[in-house]
Amino acid sequence: MNAIDIQSLSKRFGRVQALDAVSFSVGKGELFGLIGPDGAGKTTLFRLLTTLLTPNSGTASVDGFDIVNDYLSIRSRVGYMPGRFSLYPDLTVEENLDFFAALFGVRARESYDLVAPIYKQIEPFRKRRAGKLSGGMKQKLALSCALIHRPSVLFLDEPTTGVDAVSRSEFWDMLASLQQKGITILVSTPYMDEASRCDRIALCNEGHILGIDTPNDIVRRFDAPLYAVRASNMYALLSAARRIEGVAECYPFGEVHHLVTDRGFDPSRFLGQLNELDDLSIEPVVPTIEDIFIKWMKR
Amino acid sequence: MKNNFLSFVKKESLHILRDRRTMLIVVLIPIVLMVLFGFAISTEVNDIKVAAVAPDRTDGVRDAVERLARNDYFTFCGYTDNRSIDALLRSGKTDAVVVFAADFDRRMQSAASGLPSSPAIQLILDASNVNTAGAATAYLQGVLLGAESQQSLFETRMLFNPQMKSAFNFVPGIMGLIFILVCAMMTSVSIVREKEVGTMEVLLVSPVRPFKIIFAKMIPYFAISCCVLILILLLARYLLGVPMSGGVAGIFSLSLLYLVLSLSLGLLVSTIARTQVAALLISAMVMMMPILMLSGMLFPIENLPKFFQTVSLLVPTRWYIDAVRKMMIQGASVVEVWQDCVILFCMTALVLGVSLKKFNDKLE
Amino acid sequence: MSDIVISVRNLTKCFGDFVAVDHISFDVYRGEIFGFLGANGAGKTTAMRMLCGLSFPTSGEGSVAGCDVQCEGERIKRHIGYMSQRFSLYNDLSVWENMDLFAGIYGLSKKETAERAAELLAKLDFVSERDTLVGALPLGWKQKLSFAIATIHRPEVVFLDEPTGGVDPVTRRQFWEMIYEAADAGTTIFVTTHYMDEAEYCSRVSIMVDGVVRALDTPARLKQQFAAGSMDEVFRILARGARRGE
Repeated sequence: MNAIDIQSLSKRFGRVQALDAVSFSVGKGELFGLIGPDGAGKTTLFRLLTTLLTPNSGTASVDGFDIVNDYLSIRSRVGYMPGRFSLYPDLTVEENLDFFAALFGVRARESYDLVAPIYKQIEPFRKRRAGKLSGGMKQKLALSCALIHRPSVLFLDEPTTGVDAVSRSEFWDMLASLQQKGITILVSTPYMDEASRCDRIALCNEGHILGIDTPNDIVRRFDAPLYAVRASNMYALLSAARRIEGVAECYPFGEVHHLVTDRGFDPSRFLGQLNELDDLSIEPVVPTIEDIFIKWMKR
Repeated sequence: MKNNFLSFVKKESLHILRDRRTMLIVVLIPIVLMVLFGFAISTEVNDIKVAAVAPDRTDGVRDAVERLARNDYFTFCGYTDNRSIDALLRSGKTDAVVVFAADFDRRMQSAASGLPSSPAIQLILDASNVNTAGAATAYLQGVLLGAESQQSLFETRMLFNPQMKSAFNFVPGIMGLIFILVCAMMTSVSIVREKEVGTMEVLLVSPVRPFKIIFAKMIPYFAISCCVLILILLLARYLLGVPMSGGVAGIFSLSLLYLVLSLSLGLLVSTIARTQVAALLISAMVMMMPILMLSGMLFPIENLPKFFQTVSLLVPTRWYIDAVRKMMIQGASVVEVWQDCVILFCMTALVLGVSLKKFNDKLE
Repeated sequence: MSDIVISVRNLTKCFGDFVAVDHISFDVYRGEIFGFLGANGAGKTTAMRMLCGLSFPTSGEGSVAGCDVQCEGERIKRHIGYMSQRFSLYNDLSVWENMDLFAGIYGLSKKETAERAAELLAKLDFVSERDTLVGALPLGWKQKLSFAIATIHRPEVVFLDEPTGGVDPVTRRQFWEMIYEAADAGTTIFVTTHYMDEAEYCSRVSIMVDGVVRALDTPARLKQQFAAGSMDEVFRILARGARRGE
């Protein structure tokens, strides 16, 4: 049995189709990532799965329970960390943890072994008000609170938004260790670079799933030659490259521009056609998740 | 599961205790209002400064002035002459001037023996405050006619509030206002705050039922309101000297019912409002305004236009104030205000029912 | 690239005993896209406020677009543009009303406003959306519009605060294209962010840790220097030892 099963789930708010016939499954103990920009429907999907919203059509089950009919059973089995800071800023670290434990009818002590690796890092500040913690510490506290009742499925909605790179990386390490303990994790993020930390990812945009695969396999589905080009004047290169025959697309990609080309594209001919640009170089590159995302978005 | 209910109450109390400013306001507002309405803003007449003009200081005149000077409500500030009256009143040095006729004694005698005569006394008042002037006139007439008024056609007796102390009237009004403020406004804001911060999502996803969340939220506010209630009753009794002749127990238990009603109203607002600002605005516009205008707190309901009199039937505070007034001042017992009690009870049940139904465990 | 637009020497800001910004020095050249990075609490917001003329340095000196940060805070504001992810435009005003408002704030005349607005609308391909409420625009469009409006008074420097967080990859690239174009036309772009993939788009990047600028170079050379595959790694190597924030 899968931990999460979703069958053509749809949800609309007024005229906005937030989620449009989405289907996928998440296996037990899997770390599954939903990757997509704001407005992709990630939060709506989380709220549907945590039974805060009811779908317009389609079905879904979490841990074997239907999200509409058995919603109360689901509520005691899932841990949920909403996108916003979901702690009480005027309560201390300790009070927050105790409260969330009580909320689920457990004692903080009983789940200490599960929470400890995360909570230990903030325990020195247990008398501090949650509102006075740094972004990274708030995130650790929120995760501890979401774990306190030993949920079998953990829903994390954009947990790394607004947190610096070091804390983000530590956070992903924590998720990996939770996964070791058999907890299924569904996590969303707008950052493509975090996708590699997941077992499988779903790329989503505007209520649709663009594609689902492992981070390694998903980029193999990029079916066109891809090059990185650079020149001393990057802006001039951008418009110049687009005029060259055989170039399907050229877009900025960090320090370089990525060039998507037709099959018969010849890089040396490309260099010759643009010899008015200084320091021009071109080399083939392996596509990234962003490349495949862009390709699928334009499909 | 009893355990988590207590944790809820504890957490809610911590929120309140940590928010010092709000706490202070909740305790200070009743005190300030009581003192303000009790002493400063009063429609009663106190310490009226009176001067007299008497061409002949006959025995009759002297007697009358003596009675004035001895009376607690008046301060006699001496004799003056006709030409200075205007200046005295204008400068505010006196509030009223009593002008005795030159043949005062004779006119009084003929009046006493039933013969037609011209007026013996002229009263000149500063009527810039109509209420004070009206009351002062009545008092002055009473005092000046004094012994001579046996044959007066009216005998007036002010029951229940013989000194016409306005504080007596305001205390029930203040109570009606304060509890809405503390209970309705504060509970609605505290629930909506959780929606705004995002903690409500986590609460709803937990196995705790929504009505538990709600009741746990209400308890601390109910407790605070009880303290405020006791504070108000103590201030009313010992600072303002309100008689409470109908029995404190009755007033207290009716107030408890009203507290529950206010809490339910707060809950209702929280189901409608999405932001704290909206909750405050709704509380202020939809609850405070009708209470101030239509509950009989500031303006007697009988003086309102017919339409607003009808609307006022829907304002719970109207019934509460009415009942408390009767119990505090007229000495009515709870049994005697049963109508008000029944209406309040029905309103409570209705509001509580609607808001519990509206407060669902989903986000829509 | 010798024209210096922002120049900072030993700039320091203290709040009581706490040294938020500790003697930082750097230069930013005309037409450059300068990335200003740092962990939470590293002092980048404090430093940026000083550069925008919103707060005065405790010591040290700096100039932005030829104005001194110590004494010409108000003049600085007229020479810079500012765009942040959190606040950019009024959702309840139309595209044109927003333009008119910000043009007014920066003291453009009626004629200038009309010309500049027409120019920006044409460039954005927004002419048909002139009277649309900003709130009704898709997120990506809003972002492009708010960058355009940040440059309505032709500022020498534009400060961008996490400009592309949460935006889809296609819109994000359109956005960076706009920035490249503006930089190519001589506008200096100063980007603060803690998303390292945004840093990769900058011509040069400085990384602040505990109030000090710990590294400053092109992304390529920084990656080389720290033997890292991405700016994210470079940042983590530098910020691991940070005392503040956590």
